[in-house]
Amino acid sequence: MALYSEKVMDHFRNPRNVGIIEDADGVGEVGNARCGDIMKVYLKIEDDIITDVKFETFGCGSAIASSSMATELIKGKPVSEAMRLTNKAVAEALDGLPDYKMHCSVLAEEAIRGALEDYYNKHPEKKKGGIA
Amino acid sequence: MRIYADNAATTKMSKKAVEAMMPYITDIYGNPSSLYSEGQRAKEAIENARETVARCIGASPKEIYFTSGGSESDNQAILTAAANGKKEGKIKIITDAIEHHAVLHTLRKLEKEGFEVVYLPVGAGGIVDADEVEKAIDDRTFLVTVMYANNEIGTIQPIRRIGGICINKKVVFHTDAVQAVGHIPVSVVDDNIDMMSASAHKFHGPKGVGFLYVKKGIRLHNLIEGGAQERGKRAGTENVPGIVACAAALEESVSNMSLHAEKLTSLRDRLMRGLNEIPHSALNGDPVQRLPSNANFCFEGIEGESLLLLLDDKGISASSGSACTSGSLDPSHVLLAIGRPHDVAHGSLRLTLGNDATEEQVDYIIESVKEVVSYLRGFSPVWRDLCAGKSKFLL
Ligand SMILES: Cc1ncc(COP(=O)(O)O)c(C=O)c1O
Ligand SMILES: [Zn+2]
Repeated sequence: MALYSEKVMDHFRNPRNVGIIEDADGVGEVGNARCGDIMKVYLKIEDDIITDVKFETFGCGSAIASSSMATELIKGKPVSEAMRLTNKAVAEALDGLPDYKMHCSVLAEEAIRGALEDYYNKHPEKKKGGIA
Repeated sequence: MRIYADNAATTKMSKKAVEAMMPYITDIYGNPSSLYSEGQRAKEAIENARETVARCIGASPKEIYFTSGGSESDNQAILTAAANGKKEGKIKIITDAIEHHAVLHTLRKLEKEGFEVVYLPVGAGGIVDADEVEKAIDDRTFLVTVMYANNEIGTIQPIRRIGGICINKKVVFHTDAVQAVGHIPVSVVDDNIDMMSASAHKFHGPKGVGFLYVKKGIRLHNLIEGGAQERGKRAGTENVPGIVACAAALEESVSNMSLHAEKLTSLRDRLMRGLNEIPHSALNGDPVQRLPSNANFCFEGIEGESLLLLLDDKGISASSGSACTSGSLDPSHVLLAIGRPHDVAHGSLRLTLGNDATEEQVDYIIESVKEVVSYLRGFSPVWRDLCAGKSKFLL
């Protein structure tokens, strides 16, 4: 059996939404080089819709694939929906991750939530009890 | 095309080893403990293998015990020394920080039982200081265990000197020579070794078989109780095909050793020169006092597992000391011990060439690693911060 599903390998080999957004409305960075995975997510938000998302990741195959999948899952979605993204949803969309790699999908969830919180901090008027 | 560059993990069985074991899988299947001729032929094969192995390492046949490999040999050697030491009222063991887990975890078990273990640091080059070994030995010490060559960074330890010190200090000296035997000259007599572990699959023999050398006069204790195989020290019907192939592989490796070592050293140096051209990279381990096949590097700003997966796509098999490849949260204890910070240790790559490697393959590896490292750096937030001056380059 291969270490990763075909989906994981596809997102690892051809990661979607790689890059940065210079004038991002929200930026989230989680992890540290000590533990081996770091993700940084950039969001462009218009009328409460995530119109663009980019990421940069330092990490293993599953960290890169999780970042790619997580950004795909929230692209074009309302902020409120993105706020509810879970690491389980990311892992399921990737057809599963090995147990000891689940923490990589947690990082993806946290990076996106961090970017959304950054957006709310910059735009407190948008925050109508939106944070779950 | 595939290039297998992970020969420290395991090796391909040699044709001679396969051929040597075949008759013992097909026709000569008798139990070596049986009296009839099929059994006795198997028994004879084991004893011939024992002689061959002994000759290859400068031992006498009675000092060789066949085991299931490196891990078992390490366990049996250390636990034996501990049992003997305890009887003399001694409790202290000297080792170093870069041993294989087969040694480290056995020692950890002994610590829980009340033994005292000193883990000597290694310098930045990954080499144990023999003077430090000498200083650490006191009258409560019964064992020094230092590996012959390291499995990750390939550094070769000053075994002969350490062995000499142990003779003077009258403590037992064990060495895990799993990465050395069959690759560099090893002589238990010249190198002053009391106990030595080896594993066949690291020198083109089969997996699941190896041996422990125990110098005459040391009382060996069993890990496995039962029948009287291996002169009562290792119960269980012998792995006859494995033992025969182990000896054939070792004999072949030793007879071709200088030829292969010379060729590999020059290919390894070419590989190291090529990888050194990658900015913010560093060789791990001493550049000279290392195994002929081993090149190990850290590349700043990237993580090892993704590097391995992309090299695999390019047909190259390699390994890494990154945490994410092992499933633990910490990167390799060896890289940490030579002073690599966590951040950098995650981005390590170990390449261990095979005897059939070519210059073209080495050049292809260099080119591929360069390409993959720069691709991964291209979307690494760590690399971006380093380049922007937000954090300091460590390499
Ligand atoms: C230095 C060292 N010691 C021990 C072992 C364990 O050997 P085996 O796989 O035969 O149990 C290995 C192999 O990974 C090794 O490299
Ligand atoms: Zn990871």
